[in-house]
Amino acid sequence: MTQSVDHVALLPAYLAAGTAVLVLLADLLVGRRGATLAVAAVGAAATAAGASFVGAGPDRATLCAGDACSYLAGDRAALVAALFALLTLGVLGLSARLPGVPAGEYAFLLACSMAGGVVLGGAGDLITLIVALETVTLPLYVLVGLRRQTVASAEAAVTFFVVSVVATTLTLLGAALLYAATGVLHLEPLRDAGPLDTPLAAVAAALVVAGLAFKVAAVPFHAWAPATYDGAPLPIAAYLSTASKLGGVVAVLAVGVVALPAERTGPVLATLAVLTMTVGNLVALRQVRMVRLLAWSSVAQAGYILAPLGAAAFAAGRSAEAQNLAVAAAVAYTVFFVVLELAAFAAVVALRPAGADGGPIDAYRGAARRRPWVSAALVLALIGLAGLPPGLAGLFAKVAVVRSLLTGGAGWLALIVALNAVIGLAYYVRVAAALYAPPQPAPAGPAAAPGAPWPVLAVLAGATAIAVAAGFAPQWVLDLAS
Amino acid sequence: MTAGQVLLVAVLAVPLLGAAVAVALPDRAGRLAATAFAGVAFVASAALWWGRDGVGWFRYGADAGRPAVQPWHEVDAPWVPGLDLRLHLGVDGISYPLVVLTALLTLLCCAYTVWHAPAGGPGRTLAALLLVVEAGILGTFLALDLVLFFVFFEVVLLPMYAVIAGWGGAGRRHAARKFALYTLLGSVLLLVGVFTVVAAAGTADLVELTGGGGLSRGTQLAAFTLFAVAFAVKSPLWPLHTWLPDAHTQAPTVGSVLLAGVLLKMGTYGLIRVAVGVAPLGAREAAPVLGVLAVAAIVVGSLVCLAQTEIKRLIAYSSVGHMGFVLLGIATLTATGISAALIGNVAHGVITGLLFFLAGAVKDRYGTGELADLGGLRERAPALSGLLGYAALASLGLPGLAGFWGEAFAVVAALERGGPLWTALAVTAAVGGALTAAYLLRLLRRVTHGPPGPAVARPPGVGPRGVGSLAWPEVVAWAPLVLLALLLGLAPALVLGIAGDPVAALLGTDS
Repeated sequence: MTQSVDHVALLPAYLAAGTAVLVLLADLLVGRRGATLAVAAVGAAATAAGASFVGAGPDRATLCAGDACSYLAGDRAALVAALFALLTLGVLGLSARLPGVPAGEYAFLLACSMAGGVVLGGAGDLITLIVALETVTLPLYVLVGLRRQTVASAEAAVTFFVVSVVATTLTLLGAALLYAATGVLHLEPLRDAGPLDTPLAAVAAALVVAGLAFKVAAVPFHAWAPATYDGAPLPIAAYLSTASKLGGVVAVLAVGVVALPAERTGPVLATLAVLTMTVGNLVALRQVRMVRLLAWSSVAQAGYILAPLGAAAFAAGRSAEAQNLAVAAAVAYTVFFVVLELAAFAAVVALRPAGADGGPIDAYRGAARRRPWVSAALVLALIGLAGLPPGLAGLFAKVAVVRSLLTGGAGWLALIVALNAVIGLAYYVRVAAALYAPPQPAPAGPAAAPGAPWPVLAVLAGATAIAVAAGFAPQWVLDLAS
Repeated sequence: MTAGQVLLVAVLAVPLLGAAVAVALPDRAGRLAATAFAGVAFVASAALWWGRDGVGWFRYGADAGRPAVQPWHEVDAPWVPGLDLRLHLGVDGISYPLVVLTALLTLLCCAYTVWHAPAGGPGRTLAALLLVVEAGILGTFLALDLVLFFVFFEVVLLPMYAVIAGWGGAGRRHAARKFALYTLLGSVLLLVGVFTVVAAAGTADLVELTGGGGLSRGTQLAAFTLFAVAFAVKSPLWPLHTWLPDAHTQAPTVGSVLLAGVLLKMGTYGLIRVAVGVAPLGAREAAPVLGVLAVAAIVVGSLVCLAQTEIKRLIAYSSVGHMGFVLLGIATLTATGISAALIGNVAHGVITGLLFFLAGAVKDRYGTGELADLGGLRERAPALSGLLGYAALASLGLPGLAGFWGEAFAVVAALERGGPLWTALAVTAAVGGALTAAYLLRLLRRVTHGPPGPAVARPPGVGPRGVGSLAWPEVVAWAPLVLLALLLGLAPALVLGIAGDPVAALLGTDS
């Protein structure tokens, strides 16, 4: 039996994979750092353009076996693919000055991860989903360890590798058991396969969700995140907290909402959401290192993303309209979140010397006097993550989540989200105030870092501009998400 | 676009534009530009009076089909349909006095900044932040869409935090953080309340929702509770008031004036417009609780004031007491009560604004606000001491000055309600009023009368201006408030004349 393959639907995946190959060739033939990164950047931009082009057209499906298709190139797939490509582009810009890191391998690994993300958006069955998610994460094991000659980086890489492999094992086991219980692997048919009330199916569903919760860094599967973010090079920490988290969210959405029945996953996701946001916020209050604080804050933000999905725990939240609203709110929040998080990390990269890690928060005291515009962008990003004006993008993100929760009848969950926003402000405002505090006396040592290279500033400016635009016209994000 | 619509948008856009311009210019020019933009905003806000298209008593009515909110001018444009957010602005008799008061106080604060910017950062940034706060407060008063109301409610938070944290006194960081966290707690509860209503009613339009909007009793009670707690943090209502003394004491003079003068009014206005307007059944159920807490605020506020030793902190706690009278008026849910609340709002804004200006002047001249160090001011600085006495008398509710109407008629409204609870509340509130007089007269005795204290007797080493007399910029800044306190005291119809019909319509629709 031959299977027809719709190559137009697969165009973004081809472009992403082609970028990876081209980057290797460019590194081999030209061998200059700037050229390699430029090729990678052009490839990422082309992937984003290709994804938008395919998404603007009619919905396509390919690699089908009968009715069930393994690759669904619809609007949401295009959005995810474009986001991955743009985030990779941003991280490439942030990597403009990384001493001691081989450019070809670095860009190749990032492009491979991007290719995994592009396919993840359109995954139509469990195996494609898991393979794509692994393709996103596998290159990151190496990339995290690339801040050489530091123990922290090697530790981070090993921690991440071990935890991630265990998580993937759990997910694979769960997928296999699910296939054994239902005989179905594709996502849409799985939803129609029935309520999954056998013990085997229940265990399988729990294993799959648990494994995916690792990827999103949901509590109690979050312990790897702060150590990994802190040890990794700053651009890779940015990629982990934006693109990798996006991949985890897409996988949870695909499995938790589309494939598995809402009665089972609703309470689980609600519990995960509450634990994640509360623990993330409370522990972030105690952090003294910048990247660890951002890592814990992104753990808490994952809780806000999962919260609308938890509304399915209530009967009112399981109606089709409420489900659609919940998924749209989760996707919209993710989009706002990755833009603001990328802007925050870009500002941190711009404020730190080349190749350094995030450093303690005290190192940023008085930064507003030395670098007023970069500090203003960092404050805007942090306040947006807290969900207050002038970071209107973050405010509308929280409003969307609360709205979907209350429409789905999950009032107490909305209250918990609201209270967590207050805890979140406490540490975001502490960092923002530190930027404007009087600077510490200059330590005897190397002079202050010179101005950041232009790609870093370009990424910062671009991310901030998109955040501000999304703040004043959030409707286009909400339209994209629904 | 009619002229009224242009004015509505201008009232919001001009301060934001002014903030951007002020930050871009060098220091002194920036402050002058900020004052100019504040002046334009004030003129625009006052001009909203004209062109109200014959909104007379016959437009209102409790019969079906007549909305209870009839704005004089209205702007209604879609913004974010996916979040039920529309740019729906409007001004009517309830919000107009507060809008003009906000614009006036901001103008006076910006003008004061031109003359004397506190230490801590460039004066132009302070003036710009004041303008952003003004835009947020004006937006709250003008919003006729619940989600828009929430957005503007949030806009005020961070600029005010920055004002306190950047230009405040010794304990400013802690005070600013407490202010930010407490206010955000109120705001997020407001968010949950707003979407409880929107999810149940399907619309966020205040005009449609006023009078209950067809919500069930349970939803109204839940919504009113959330709204009431949110606005109780802002007003503030005892026992959620603990952010206020630190914030007012540590803020710079202009910050305290805006905080006490108008920020607190966002809470009481929200209670009237949003909580009572949208959830009247819930309001009726919760009114006794609100009344008891309000009277507790009056008594506790007054007793704590009697023990205060620092002038700014004393005035801050006096705000708790005065807002207690306003909240008692609202809790009675009678036309007298709400009218008393409205005039009490405006009067408190004028008088406490003036008091904070004067306290700031005393601190600048003598370097301290401690009552033990001050005294005998009427010999060394007779004009300043005279104004302080005038403001204190206005604050304690002397008939003929603005403060009388709010305090007296809140008590009258509680008596009108009748029944054992409300009569007891009225009597306790009246006793609280006597305690108010007690602490304010104590303030005058310690500061203006008596032998000169150590800070007053010793000629202050610092200070570029003559201590005894008032500088003319101070006179210019304070004169409007002094005049308004007298004018409102003699002619409360300036505020209540336009508010009568909207209040009656608001209360008439819940039957």
